[in-house]
Amino acid sequence: MATASVATHDTAHDHHDHEHHDNFVTKYIFTTDHKMIGKQFLITGIFWALIGGLLSILFRLQLGFPDMNLEWLRPLLGGWITETGQLDQTFYLALVTMHGTIMVFFVLTAGLSGTFSNFLIPLQIGARDMASGFMNMLSYWFFFISSVIMFISLFIKTGPAGGGWVVYPPLSALEQAIPGSGLGMTLWLIAMTFFIASSLLGGINYITTVINLRTKGMSFSRLPLTIWAFFLTAVIGLLSFPVLFAAALLLVFDRSFGTSFYLSDIYIGGEALPNTGGSPVLYQHLFWFLGHPEVYIVLLPALGITSEVIATNSRKPIFGYKAMIISMLGITILSFIVWAHHMFVSGMNPFLGSIFMFLTLIIAIPSAVKVFNYLTTLWRGNLIFTPAMLFSIGLVSFFISGGLTGIFLGNSAIDIQLHDTYFVVAHFHLVMGSASFFGMVAGIYHWFPKMFGRMMDARLGYVHFWLTFVGVYMVFFPMHYIGIAGFPRRYYSWTGFEFSNMYTDLNMFVSVAAIITFAAQFIFLFNFFYSMYRGRKASQNPWRSNTLEWTTPIHPGHGNWPGEIPTVYRWPYDYSKPGAKEDFIPQTVPLSATPESNLPHEQELVKLELEIMKEESEALVANEAKES
Amino acid sequence: MYGFLIAVGVVLLLSIVWMVYRIQTLVSVVKGSDKKIATGSNKVNAFLFLVFLVAIGGLMFWYSIKEFHNYQLPIASEHGVVTDNLFWVTMAVTGIVFIITHILLFIFPYKYQYKEDRKATFYPENNKLEVIWTAVPAVVLAILVITGWMAWSDITAPAPEKAHVVEIMGYQFAWDIRYPGQDNVLGDYDYRLTSAINPMGIDFTDQNSVDDFPSPVVVIPKGEPVLFKIRARDVLHSVFAPHMRLKMDAVPGMPTRFWFVPTKTTAEMRAELNDPEFVYEIACTEICGRGHNSMRRVIEVVEPEEYQKWLTEQKTFLQMNPALAEGLEVEVKEVAEIQKRKNTK
Repeated sequence: MATASVATHDTAHDHHDHEHHDNFVTKYIFTTDHKMIGKQFLITGIFWALIGGLLSILFRLQLGFPDMNLEWLRPLLGGWITETGQLDQTFYLALVTMHGTIMVFFVLTAGLSGTFSNFLIPLQIGARDMASGFMNMLSYWFFFISSVIMFISLFIKTGPAGGGWVVYPPLSALEQAIPGSGLGMTLWLIAMTFFIASSLLGGINYITTVINLRTKGMSFSRLPLTIWAFFLTAVIGLLSFPVLFAAALLLVFDRSFGTSFYLSDIYIGGEALPNTGGSPVLYQHLFWFLGHPEVYIVLLPALGITSEVIATNSRKPIFGYKAMIISMLGITILSFIVWAHHMFVSGMNPFLGSIFMFLTLIIAIPSAVKVFNYLTTLWRGNLIFTPAMLFSIGLVSFFISGGLTGIFLGNSAIDIQLHDTYFVVAHFHLVMGSASFFGMVAGIYHWFPKMFGRMMDARLGYVHFWLTFVGVYMVFFPMHYIGIAGFPRRYYSWTGFEFSNMYTDLNMFVSVAAIITFAAQFIFLFNFFYSMYRGRKASQNPWRSNTLEWTTPIHPGHGNWPGEIPTVYRWPYDYSKPGAKEDFIPQTVPLSATPESNLPHEQELVKLELEIMKEESEALVANEAKES
Repeated sequence: MYGFLIAVGVVLLLSIVWMVYRIQTLVSVVKGSDKKIATGSNKVNAFLFLVFLVAIGGLMFWYSIKEFHNYQLPIASEHGVVTDNLFWVTMAVTGIVFIITHILLFIFPYKYQYKEDRKATFYPENNKLEVIWTAVPAVVLAILVITGWMAWSDITAPAPEKAHVVEIMGYQFAWDIRYPGQDNVLGDYDYRLTSAINPMGIDFTDQNSVDDFPSPVVVIPKGEPVLFKIRARDVLHSVFAPHMRLKMDAVPGMPTRFWFVPTKTTAEMRAELNDPEFVYEIACTEICGRGHNSMRRVIEVVEPEEYQKWLTEQKTFLQMNPALAEGLEVEVKEVAEIQKRKNTK
């Protein structure tokens, strides 16, 4: 079946090996080369990860060491340190808000999807570039503008947005309610608008490219799982980001033009506002219609990367390739109809709560299937622990730990107590934050040789992994206890209540663990930038992998392959095939060249394959005769 | 001076790390280990997974057991017993999955670490297995969902008619409490009537509001249904009574509700915990601004008789501040007068 659906070949692209003469600007800045755009997203993402991480360290200092004198931070934070040397309470909320916004959108959406979808889609499907290089360039530069605006908002006098990363109105709509809802919130909305535009431009490109530009023989049933993941991620983004835009737009109207979409019956600052008839719950519905799929927008690419890395380094085919695709499809569809599980106690009709509880717990099934498939892939493999492999195994661990707590939170009856406590914080930092982060880091270690033609240092990678893996568990696991005890989120201090006037020791422990984990990331940073220039030179296929990107030159130019784009003859997971000489058979090796390892059904395809190859070469000869 | 010394120390430390790094790189080049598929580090990493499993797993279990009485808040409501039960059943189910999957996840790396003479098993699919591990979680989740759904329907069902009504209004940054008085019906309110002397915006032209009274503490009877009518005046808030296992957002423009049956008086809980200072509390769990972490109210659960007695002792809004009735219709003033006289008797 797969061979029969070989894409129609086009001979129009014969002369692609002519030299591009790029100057600095067209090569590094306004580039249309998907590889460079991917790297731009990566570097910007790393920058944001550092900022986002630093913000979390600042508020962890407050939570772990509430009595500490932070006077030494005054050079950095200025007036946000109070006269008594404490962190300002409003600024604490701004820190939490910006940490969330930055990590979810700028690091794990743009930094992860932007980097790897751009870098890998053309390379792994066998395309010269994205469907539209120009749109791709726009996508990065919209993201860049968005980043600049969001970054500026950190430094304004009234502080950045401070209503939580979900920016629920009325808090986010009323400047009287919190200073961050003034200019900071305006900048947040403008930045997010650019961000959404960037995501849509990127997403349309990824989808078009995957559908239209696959090389000969690269049917959907032969796509690496990375590409499946990026493809479905882009579909989710394309369908859900416009809804966030709608939510933001109505919020802009409420803030600036006196409408009442979200505002009603408000008395604030000694004054009754004229707005009536609006509903804050409407905003929550619109926000979570993106907000929940967003979880999968950050998670699916990480799972795709992990599938590829685990298969390659287990020297085994991924177990249940089709089940993995069906699971991802299931997750994609279900991700759109579970959003209201974030709103069980928002005051919406409890009947809706029942419906969303059913739908939410269904999504646990494809997730469980994925975990079991990863485990079976490891089973009886021949495991090589590259840093990428370590981080992938770490991801599976976080995906389990964080996924299981989702079963508590998806149950509306149990959620009554746990909603908006640290249990939720623990849950999503493990399953979405850390898992996706590990996927991203695994991707960087794995494809660094393809990006920069050099290897990252493996030993530093091991140290980085173990410090981060242990560190993440030490930071987020204790939060479960704090959450079960009922500690609410986004609290500057818990000493005002008797039920939460404890666990100062545990919070201190978490903060110390967070600081160590954050510090460990500098090992990675050093490794990354040092190896870029001084790392060991990479071979063409350092991980002995099957996918197409490793058939390009070590330093692929714009257009990726100097000659013809290779044709694909098999799926990407022929590792350790019985009978084969090597423990891997790249996708470009025809079935007819490996009679010793073909499975019965593949042997039948050989004849078809040979026929097609014959036709192809005849067509090629005829074409050349015509041209000359 | 200290800053300078610390800076020197950091520079020295970094240069040592740098030297070690360079030396180990050169050694690995000399040994040619970068040409090998898997070096000795592979064994170390495989072993570290086992260490991680035992050490971190042990730490988690030890702490979970040691701290149980600390993070497990005592329950003081009827539905709280049900939801906590669900919580611990779910904990048992997920706990088993957590342990089994993690044992496999960390033992496989050790057991199947790279060996030159071994080849991985080509094992691309097994439909039977896939069906099993789709169906089993589906059944288990179905059971959890159905029990959860039954509890949820009970909790969110309409409150019994005889439920004692208490209104809780959130604003930056406190809660205001209003009781409906003898008629057990709260009077109307309108946010446009809000003022310094009428912070809850009560409409005193409504007869029902005449006997409404405020209270600094939420006093409720043990063993009888209590209905919290929840609203907010400015931004979103959320009423959270951890011991009651109660949480509901307070939404401006959209009143919400939550009813429950308290099961232990404050005094009983004090005796049980052996803590004479113990009180039930309400906190805010929806970010609402600078003072989000300071919206505290105390709930006092008392015996029903004591509650009835307490009710009769309270002063209404109008009694406390007759100015509220000014400019209103004659009848309201009259009722207010009658109340006043009653009060002075």
